[in-house]
Amino acid sequence: MSNFKILEKYLLAPKIHFVLVQAPLIAKKALPGQFVMVRITEKGERIPLTIADYDREKGTISIVFQELGKTTCDFAKMNPEEELLDLLGPQGNPTEINPKLIGKNIIIIGGGVGVAPTFPLVRRLKEEGVKVTSILGFRSKEYIFWEDRMKNVSDKLIITTNDGSYGKHGVVTDVLKELIELGENISHVFAIGPTIMMKSVCETTKINNIPTTVSLNALMVCGMGMCGACRVNVNEKNQFTCMDGPDFDGHKVNFDELMKRLDTYKKEECSCSKYI
Amino acid sequence: MIEKKTVPMREQPVEQRIKNFDEVALGYSEEEAIKESERCLQCNKKPCVSGCPVNIEIPEFIKFIRERKFQQGIDIIHQTDSLPAVTGRVCPQEDQCQAVCVLKKSGEPISIGRLERFLADWEQKNNKTIKKQNITKNLSSKIAIIGSGPAGLACATDLAKIGYEVTVFEGYHKLGGVLTYGIPEFRLPKDIVEKEINLLKNLGVKFMTNILIGRVLTIKDLFELGFKAIFIGAGAGLPKFMGIPGENLNGIYSANEYLTRTNLMKAYLFPQYDTPIKKAKNVLVIGGGNVAMDAARTAIRLGAKNVYLAYRRSEQEMPAREEEIVRAREEGVKFMLLTGITKYFGDENGFVKQAQCIKMDLKEPDFSGRRSPVPKQGSEFILDIDQAIVAIGTTPNPILQKTTPELKTKPTGEIITNEFCMTSIPGVFAGGDIVTGSATVITAMGAGRKAAYYIDRYLTNL
Repeated sequence: MSNFKILEKYLLAPKIHFVLVQAPLIAKKALPGQFVMVRITEKGERIPLTIADYDREKGTISIVFQELGKTTCDFAKMNPEEELLDLLGPQGNPTEINPKLIGKNIIIIGGGVGVAPTFPLVRRLKEEGVKVTSILGFRSKEYIFWEDRMKNVSDKLIITTNDGSYGKHGVVTDVLKELIELGENISHVFAIGPTIMMKSVCETTKINNIPTTVSLNALMVCGMGMCGACRVNVNEKNQFTCMDGPDFDGHKVNFDELMKRLDTYKKEECSCSKYI
Repeated sequence: MIEKKTVPMREQPVEQRIKNFDEVALGYSEEEAIKESERCLQCNKKPCVSGCPVNIEIPEFIKFIRERKFQQGIDIIHQTDSLPAVTGRVCPQEDQCQAVCVLKKSGEPISIGRLERFLADWEQKNNKTIKKQNITKNLSSKIAIIGSGPAGLACATDLAKIGYEVTVFEGYHKLGGVLTYGIPEFRLPKDIVEKEINLLKNLGVKFMTNILIGRVLTIKDLFELGFKAIFIGAGAGLPKFMGIPGENLNGIYSANEYLTRTNLMKAYLFPQYDTPIKKAKNVLVIGGGNVAMDAARTAIRLGAKNVYLAYRRSEQEMPAREEEIVRAREEGVKFMLLTGITKYFGDENGFVKQAQCIKMDLKEPDFSGRRSPVPKQGSEFILDIDQAIVAIGTTPNPILQKTTPELKTKPTGEIITNEFCMTSIPGVFAGGDIVTGSATVITAMGAGRKAAYYIDRYLTNL
């Protein structure tokens, strides 16, 4: 299936792009937590990008991505009316929302570009009647996006910046620790963002016995359970992020192994970005 | 007097081919093909036909080669085999049609695979199209095929030939399944696969890529879209790992990942292509099948200094084709037979640097007839490596089954079908590796054809 036309595209923050893509079949099925596999050029890689929103009636999905490697840089150069070469999805399991959470307080943590996929999740949690406090972490003021959008669907919104240029000075885990120390009753934490952030969130919630779901960003090739590139160690068992995840019980994930695996192609990525 | 020896097929010389990904076997010329065809006895018993999983009328097409009637020859093959350029290359003929050839009693069997390949390549070179059979019925029913690998393609062809409207759904961005992502270029050139599939497009088969049934569309959706029957040929694509310590270190791949990066994503052309692959010096491949040989020979071509192939049993038990074993050896793959792997060690950055191996003894044959290996106590040794490729098999991909609870499967994941190839859902058929577990291209094609027959019967009686 082709004809994945870009309808809108603009910068949300430095190097962070918003793209609205025509993809009626995907839009019809997408749920929070799922992702798409994208290919931009004939010689390009297949990369996973999380679905940031979907509109079933208009037949569109939103993707938010950060320019990092060759593929995302190629994607960044595209313009509205152009078509994505390949788009596969929705892949992965939708985020599970335990019915026991209805009426309870939970915390959503988003970091950087990972804030985007928290949006459909928070919206859905709100629809289900869950009380959501969103903690969003950014590098500095200029990197902040979707503050209003997130405010609309969250019961409470706290923004942190690393340099203190906006909101609370510090990182998301500082706020999380504060809320825990204040004795807030937190039934669940969902965290989406850089691996190191999810790791430190999990370290905090583990001590305090708060169930935590993380959305992992392992390297992928196929995105449909055929290659095992995205295998992660969860509870001492191999799981495929694309097929068994991308959400996992954060207290059981071996983050150190995941972070090492994410660096597998660091050398090659450098040589490839020379071609950009 | 019949020539006892088969006409040899020209090959790229070893020292040349280990530096490129071009096809190793170069095929017969017209004269070579005719010469080989003249060895066929045209016997009445035709044991080769029943030795072929899709029952090609082998003596008939050989006769046409002898008479230089190549079009008639390839037409005979197309009656039952939709991918002759593929099967002529990758079928284990030595275990099938050629194993039962009468000539084998007094010399070498006739090289059926090479002759089949000759005709298929002739057809591709001359831009021929496959003829539809005389359509006798008015078949407006739409049929969905899940997966564009050998089973799906064979099933699609047979149904399209008799007039059904067939749509093939593929999850990847490219068609062909294992023919495209799995089998390397040097054994099965990708443009050959593409041309073969184009012949099917001319037959009216529709293809849709980037559609993973079970996610974007379900079986139920397909029925709602008006498909009257569905064939599942999704293959056995889920790679097995050994579950030993250190297996997630960087530089350890499943054979599927290693081959997908190289074949489908063309990582051997990195950085002209964007997908990277680690080019290692000392590579350990684990396994003894064709996939293990493919991975080992790929590693050689990617410039590895040493490629070790560890197999738990002896060479006699190796499931790989003899031809592949011979070529792997010629290309410098070092066979470590009766050797298992127990553990990996990594460096401080998480890259594999050593494998702990152990010697094996073979026990008496078990109920399956295979001799199972037992580790020799105290025989452990360390092998310095910077890459390992696990090629110990695959199991059915569970995504479709997981999202279709009504679809009955075995505990090991294979879809259960009845004698008419139908699954637990009426109108849904299945065949190939997703039913049998991993097997060969031609057995999957045979299963696809068989299902096509029963799908036609089912729709006719509906």
